Amino acid sequence: MVSPDQPGGPGASLQAALAQLASGDMAAIKSAIVAIGELEDPVALTVLEALRERRLRVAATGQVLIASSDGATLREVISGRSASEDLESLGEIAMTNTVRRALRASVARLQIASPDSAVRRRAAAVLAKNGPPAALVEFLRAAHDSESDPATRVNLALALAHHDLSSEDRERRLAAIRSIARAEVRTFKPQLEAMVGRGEGGEYSESDDEIRELALSALSAVERNELAGRIVRDLVYGLSLASVLVLAALGLAITFGLMGVINMAHGEMLMLGAYTTYLVQSEFAGRVPDWYAYYLVAALPAAFGVCFATGAVLERAVIRYLYGRPLETLLATWGLALLLIQSVRSLFGAHNVTVPSPAWLSGGYTLVEGVILPYARVAAIALAALITIFIAALLYRSRLGLHIRAVTENRAMAQAMGIRTARVDTVTFGLGSAVAGLGGVALSQIGNVGPELGQGYIVDSFLVVVVGGVGNLLGTVAAALGLGIVNKLLEPATGAVLGKICVLVVVILFIQRRPKGLFALQGRAGQ
Amino acid sequence: MQSRAKKLLLEMHTPRQWLALAAVAGIVLVAVPVLNLATTPTSALRVSDHLIPLFGKFLCFALVAVAVDLLWGFAGILSLGYTVFFACGGYTMGMYLMRAIGRDGVYRNELPDFMVFLDWHELPWYWRGFDSLGFAIAMALLVPGIIALVFGYFAFRSRIRGVYFSIITQAFTYASMLLFFRNETGFGGNNGLTDFKRIAGLPLHEQSTKVSLYIASGFALLLGYLLCRYVVCSKLGRVLVALRDQELRVMFAGYSPLKFKLFAWTLSAILCGLAGALYVPQVGIINPNELAPSKGIEMAVWVAVGGRGTLAGAAVGAVAVNGAKSWLTAAHPEYWLYVLGSLFIAVTLFLPRGLVGHLAVVSRRITTWRKQCKLPRISIHNRP
Repeated sequence: MVSPDQPGGPGASLQAALAQLASGDMAAIKSAIVAIGELEDPVALTVLEALRERRLRVAATGQVLIASSDGATLREVISGRSASEDLESLGEIAMTNTVRRALRASVARLQIASPDSAVRRRAAAVLAKNGPPAALVEFLRAAHDSESDPATRVNLALALAHHDLSSEDRERRLAAIRSIARAEVRTFKPQLEAMVGRGEGGEYSESDDEIRELALSALSAVERNELAGRIVRDLVYGLSLASVLVLAALGLAITFGLMGVINMAHGEMLMLGAYTTYLVQSEFAGRVPDWYAYYLVAALPAAFGVCFATGAVLERAVIRYLYGRPLETLLATWGLALLLIQSVRSLFGAHNVTVPSPAWLSGGYTLVEGVILPYARVAAIALAALITIFIAALLYRSRLGLHIRAVTENRAMAQAMGIRTARVDTVTFGLGSAVAGLGGVALSQIGNVGPELGQGYIVDSFLVVVVGGVGNLLGTVAAALGLGIVNKLLEPATGAVLGKICVLVVVILFIQRRPKGLFALQGRAGQ
Repeated sequence: MQSRAKKLLLEMHTPRQWLALAAVAGIVLVAVPVLNLATTPTSALRVSDHLIPLFGKFLCFALVAVAVDLLWGFAGILSLGYTVFFACGGYTMGMYLMRAIGRDGVYRNELPDFMVFLDWHELPWYWRGFDSLGFAIAMALLVPGIIALVFGYFAFRSRIRGVYFSIITQAFTYASMLLFFRNETGFGGNNGLTDFKRIAGLPLHEQSTKVSLYIASGFALLLGYLLCRYVVCSKLGRVLVALRDQELRVMFAGYSPLKFKLFAWTLSAILCGLAGALYVPQVGIINPNELAPSKGIEMAVWVAVGGRGTLAGAAVGAVAVNGAKSWLTAAHPEYWLYVLGSLFIAVTLFLPRGLVGHLAVVSRRITTWRKQCKLPRISIHNRP
């Protein structure tokens, strides 16, 4: 933008404007801000941004000073010399709402005029979202025509559309609607809906047919985009719920699916895994704070170990006496669950403990407008995938897996072949518990950690295993994915609770149709 | 005719067992109420007032345990979903009790308080008719019966057995719990139904009303027990036991398991509904926590402790476990879960027949030992 050429050059006009700023008169401050906004001086933006962030100070001499963002140092605006005055003793520049509005417009103008394309792009995005100040419209129109960056250009067109939609000029309105239709943003949905709607008397509120039709097509484009965003969101959230279900159910698929043991204490293994993570985390924070960011790496093997040991002990002490009596196993393991819950409650208290995520796991990635995928969820999905691969490899590619499958299929024959079935049982049970422990590590990053953590997952994970078909890893994963995604897809239509109930009912009906699950084993093994 | 009745009675119990039953019934139904109402508060024999609703609660739980035992002990089907039927009975009675409050609620409105709170202006259709106690009692039996019939028909038709049935019924309870937690379902959401004032015109806080409810629970338990005992001694009961032990063989013998299982399942659901209906006026509240999956498993443990397949043992187990719970949660609340958890494990590992089952084994051993002392051993072939 070309600034009015004043005698003495831009530096002089900046000086004059600064003097006006320091005057304390509201009208003068406002006109000074407008004047600074029209300067082609890199310092201008710095001054106005400092003013917006309340870092501009006026010295007793009338000099304008900028404080650094931490408030430690002060420097003079034009010369850049550092000043040694006390920050507290300096006067601030008074602000009213009109001044703030003028300031916003001037800052936006300077940013759009900036030679830095990144600054322009950011400013244009803000303008496209909130609409431009009326004073800036003609300036933006010129900036739009001379803009080279495509993203900035689109956003500038949208910013203009805020203004042009209600313009008197028919061409402008058409152009505005076209740019909305191209960008498919939902900011303009209410205006578009008003344009295609009918007034009280039944006549269209927009009399021009062409504009109305264009608005209609723009509206449907916007709605299409919204729908696509919703579907992406539901799929992603469904996937993330599914990963949790996989983590909870995989261990159960081993203990219940392969061994036929109804382990009601399975949820408590998740809980133990989560508490192990909590312990490792607090140890890291206390002893090796430098390595704190990597405590999760240590928590994984720790949780695996703790839960493997717990599972193996439980199998030796209780469960091995109950093989072949599934209903009794159910009761005994429920008792174990109560004991574990109460022990944890006595040790750590009944309240939830906080397990802060390491810095590299906090935050998220914006998928579509309004859909944020937290990194912790991404990590949970990745961990679920890794554990699935690990378990599959262990079962189908290792000697231990061969033994486990042999004992599952024909215990007597396996024993006759020299496999120590009792030991295989212990290891298998420990393994199932350990996988749950790994799931607990993931859960500690995405939810609350409390003594009742596991109780919430037990019904779901049994359903996943039953739907997937007992003794079938692929089925378990497929069922978890299916249940997770269906659950999230139903949620917007029915609400969270009703969605959950619907899923449960569907599962109950599904089991009626296919009592052996999704992927039923054929032949004798299926009996 | 008379001899047939006598034969039936003797099939159900030996004379000595009838005598024991009569003694227990006498204590529960006559002695306890008399000791509460006819003694002075300072007397040593006095059963204090607060114990009556507590005992009444135990009796309701005992009825549930008998119902669970009918299905688990004799048909081999463990349902973890009895809480649904118990809560159904409870909620239907609760609905009557809410209507019986009339305009005495906090908001002085014709509608129950929680509906006023939710800004509802008329009763939902499913609340109609609950002004009458008779209708509520009929519903407390019918609703669980119908739900059980429909659910059981689908489950047993597709031959869902064993743990699968347990897991599905647990999921069923869980779904119902979520449903009842919603305010929109119209049963008071989280808080459930409470603040009852009177039943059939009698104020609930009067001791005489409490004792009447207690006696009603006692009679319900007695009748429920005799009904279940009759069923298991009938031919139908034999088929159930056969189904429990060798389902395939029974099918090959020409029986369809569906009808038998469905009958036992529905009957036990109705008994649970009755227990729930008697439970609510005595404890004064019904809320969705009664539907928590853990409660369903706890019911199974009452039966396991008392002894599966004994009916009487189930009732004993329910009273024993709940008695221990009441005492411990008051005296040492932090130990209750330890005790309950250990009970689950110890009973399954060391007492698979339960208290009464082992008592029966011991007494049988004593009698055989006595006989062996009297009779000289003739041949080793006679030994069992």
